[in-house]
Amino acid sequence: MQELIERAKSLLEAGQVARVLGWKKGENVWDAEPAFFESADALDAFVYNGFCGANLSKYMIEAGKLEGKTLVFLKPCDSYSFNQLLREHRVDREKAYIIGVGCKGKLAISKIPFDGILNVSGADYPAAAEMLKVETLYGDVEIAYKEAMLERCHVCKGKEHVVYDELLGESCDTVDADRFAEVERIEAMSPEEKFAFFQQELSKCIRCNACRNVCPACSCRKCVFDSTAFDSAQKANTTSFEEKMFHIIRAFHVAGRCTDCGECSRVCPQGIPLHLFNRKFIKDINALYGEYQAGSDLETKAPLTCFTTDDAEPGVGRG
Amino acid sequence: MYRILKSDLPKLYAAISAKNDLLLPVKTAGKTNFALWTEDAVVDIEALKTVKSPKDAFFPQSENLYTCGKVDGKTTITEEERCNAPFVVFGIKGCDVRAIAVLDKVFLSEPVDSYYASRREHGVIVSMACNRPETSCFCGAFGIDCAQPEGDVVTWQAGEYLYWQPMTEKGEVLTQQVAEFLSACEDAPVNEAMEQIRAICNKLPLKDLDLSAWGAEAAQKNFDSPIWEQLYKPCLACGTCTFVCPTCQCYDIKDYNTGNGVQRYRCWDSCMYSDFTMMAHGNNRNSQMQRFRQRFMHKLAYFPANNDGMFSCVGCGRCVDSCPAHLNIVKVIKAFGKGEK
Amino acid sequence: MQEAMHECKCNPGFMRDTLVPQVGIITDIRQETPDVKTFRVNAPEGGKLFEHMPGQCAMVCVPGVSEAMFSITSSPTNKEYQEFSIKRCGDLTDCLHSLQIGDEVLVRGPYGNHFPVETELKGKNLLFIAGGIGLAPLRSVINYVLDNRENYGTVDILYGSRSADDLVRRDELENVWAKTPGVNVYMTIDRPQEGWDGHVGFVPAYLEEVGFDTNKVALLCGPPIMIKFCLQALEKLGFSKEQVYTTLELRMKCGVGKCGRCNIGTKYVCKDGPVFRFDQVDELPNEY
Repeated sequence: MQELIERAKSLLEAGQVARVLGWKKGENVWDAEPAFFESADALDAFVYNGFCGANLSKYMIEAGKLEGKTLVFLKPCDSYSFNQLLREHRVDREKAYIIGVGCKGKLAISKIPFDGILNVSGADYPAAAEMLKVETLYGDVEIAYKEAMLERCHVCKGKEHVVYDELLGESCDTVDADRFAEVERIEAMSPEEKFAFFQQELSKCIRCNACRNVCPACSCRKCVFDSTAFDSAQKANTTSFEEKMFHIIRAFHVAGRCTDCGECSRVCPQGIPLHLFNRKFIKDINALYGEYQAGSDLETKAPLTCFTTDDAEPGVGRG
Repeated sequence: MYRILKSDLPKLYAAISAKNDLLLPVKTAGKTNFALWTEDAVVDIEALKTVKSPKDAFFPQSENLYTCGKVDGKTTITEEERCNAPFVVFGIKGCDVRAIAVLDKVFLSEPVDSYYASRREHGVIVSMACNRPETSCFCGAFGIDCAQPEGDVVTWQAGEYLYWQPMTEKGEVLTQQVAEFLSACEDAPVNEAMEQIRAICNKLPLKDLDLSAWGAEAAQKNFDSPIWEQLYKPCLACGTCTFVCPTCQCYDIKDYNTGNGVQRYRCWDSCMYSDFTMMAHGNNRNSQMQRFRQRFMHKLAYFPANNDGMFSCVGCGRCVDSCPAHLNIVKVIKAFGKGEK
Repeated sequence: MQEAMHECKCNPGFMRDTLVPQVGIITDIRQETPDVKTFRVNAPEGGKLFEHMPGQCAMVCVPGVSEAMFSITSSPTNKEYQEFSIKRCGDLTDCLHSLQIGDEVLVRGPYGNHFPVETELKGKNLLFIAGGIGLAPLRSVINYVLDNRENYGTVDILYGSRSADDLVRRDELENVWAKTPGVNVYMTIDRPQEGWDGHVGFVPAYLEEVGFDTNKVALLCGPPIMIKFCLQALEKLGFSKEQVYTTLELRMKCGVGKCGRCNIGTKYVCKDGPVFRFDQVDELPNEY
């Protein structure tokens, strides 16, 4: 971590960047917040540990409007989001100095199932421990680092950054699950079971819009759900059908552009596995139009926005 | 003092439910929230905090106010029926009970909100002491004793039993209704439980949260502070903090066109949302900094100034647990606390 | 305000909630300017929907479109109807402008405080300063004062708008108020215009030019930028902030200080306002 701070300080002091976008120490080891640092002194509060899951790409939309370059730390998966934002002309590559930072899997305090957590040790970077030591009001306990990892890290896209100016720090392989296994499990359900599954999950939705606001693919200046022109503008679900509409419409809107960064599921206060919608789209796109990973590069044509005469017509019938 | 074996609680729920709608913590798809009791509901009274607060019971996230229709070309207005049957909210924690007192200040002040008032009139609060307070809890900073909450009935979990103490007339009536499941007992086990809870509270990291930079006098003082500019930046402008908060009470009034009439309903709104103060000719809080500031100034300065020093925060810590950017009221309180010294 | 509360039919014991409107019938529509219409509203059975005081507002709603707060421009001394002068500037006002005589709207109110016509303004010389649609709330006070002429001193009305075509209530200004003894009307438009031989220039400049003495209470209403410069002009003329009243306008939904939208500092503009004295405005955080 000290390496990152030193590098940021030198870039800042050399005037190569006007500010640094990273993570700032919170009250506890697990609540670092995304932050802009404008001086070398301020960087003393910089932190990078296992709990820095927040994807900083979307903050670069606003940072791009500021004077001068912004140094941003992107983890491998975050770099896909940045690339996708580049493709959509939402961020300015010239205004960004990207340090691709290594990642050993990101943790969430919500995945550590103990009451009264006072401290977690072993979450440091790069020295992540295999077992996290958890000090609680009710005694000391341990949990495997892997068990406290975000879902997205179990199906990690890989250690490579797809866009960067320089790289710092090691990454490690965290994959221990199949990315589409859960989607396949749901696909295999009967229509009634599927309905019950989504009914249960989505009925928890409180329409707080955290999923939308954190989503790098949701960068519309005026969201359709904020339109006053029609009845979708609810901040509350008017019927039990509403919450499904919100999430399904959102999934359609980000289809083909979602990089599967998993932020939606990370931030949902009700723990709804929102990534499953997006992943279903990704799986279908792969099956119908060939393997495609949004944000992997700037050249590959996006399957849902280009037409070829060979295109499958899923609406007509598969195969 | 009465008690009931925890293993007999389903019988108690059924008995309450026979005469009242019963809302209590229910686990659905891994998360616990207040919901209507049914026989197959997975009741979860062990959960310290529900994701959403129980304020829905009195101020639902969305409720109809009235319906407009047309009869012979004339507009008709049919008011939504007010709550007119008793209901019980079981298992509310001390912080959330106090939060209802905060909501009362808003909705029961003149002119009284009859939708809310009817629910308050018919609702019976069965509170529950917190057995395992959390790191993010700071109700003590607001003078709330989670070992002995307020309520119509107060309950404690200790050993195999749930202890039950009616505190008000409403509480006595409910106790009469379920008397056959309760047996009289000594206070001692409850006193012991309270002692244990208070001992844990003494170890909470936020127990000494310093509120001296806040309160009525802060209304003018903190508004112009440069600290806000430093604090708000990670804010995603979502409404998570607002919607999990037991005291946030801002609402929107909107129309839903049903095809043969218009339902006018109100729903929770958030001062964090960019369109909250938007008018046809402009917006007086254009930046997220201003909106962020408004939320905390309201809770920690304006509300106390208008309500004899009562804060519009009860230290439940839900926002601390759920902010996607790890911002929260504790960080705000502390940031200004530092500024003072 | 009690008049607006009726016994609720569906649940005896509760008064009709203040959030529930009454049906009002549009009984007259006057095109004041290209984008301002004045709507006269009566109860379906005739007469007024409720009583109000000068400066108070009401929520006007078209079901399925929206609801917004408008100042009541008619004077309480008018016993037959209430009027709203409404400028077309958004979805709701577009819809209101498409309505015809005989159409229904929903109205609830009155809301907010009012100009202190029975207390602080009583016996005083009054200076009304308005710009554009800002005349709407002041018109209620002007007519109230003129109908209780003996209770007030001199009345000066300084009114300006973008062009001669944008002068709201021009007929009443020229043919009623200007002809009332003890009332002086000063009108101005922003830019020269064919057929206009009156004053040309912005309201604040004209205010200084006329140079009123300070033995007056000023009531000021108009766009924020005009208010700002008029206040400076008044201070130059020697007025203190305690002598100047204005109205604030913010997004409102409930009208009763609960929904949170119009909250500035410790005040709710819908309930504690819309009328504020300038020394009170100064105490608010700068967020209006």
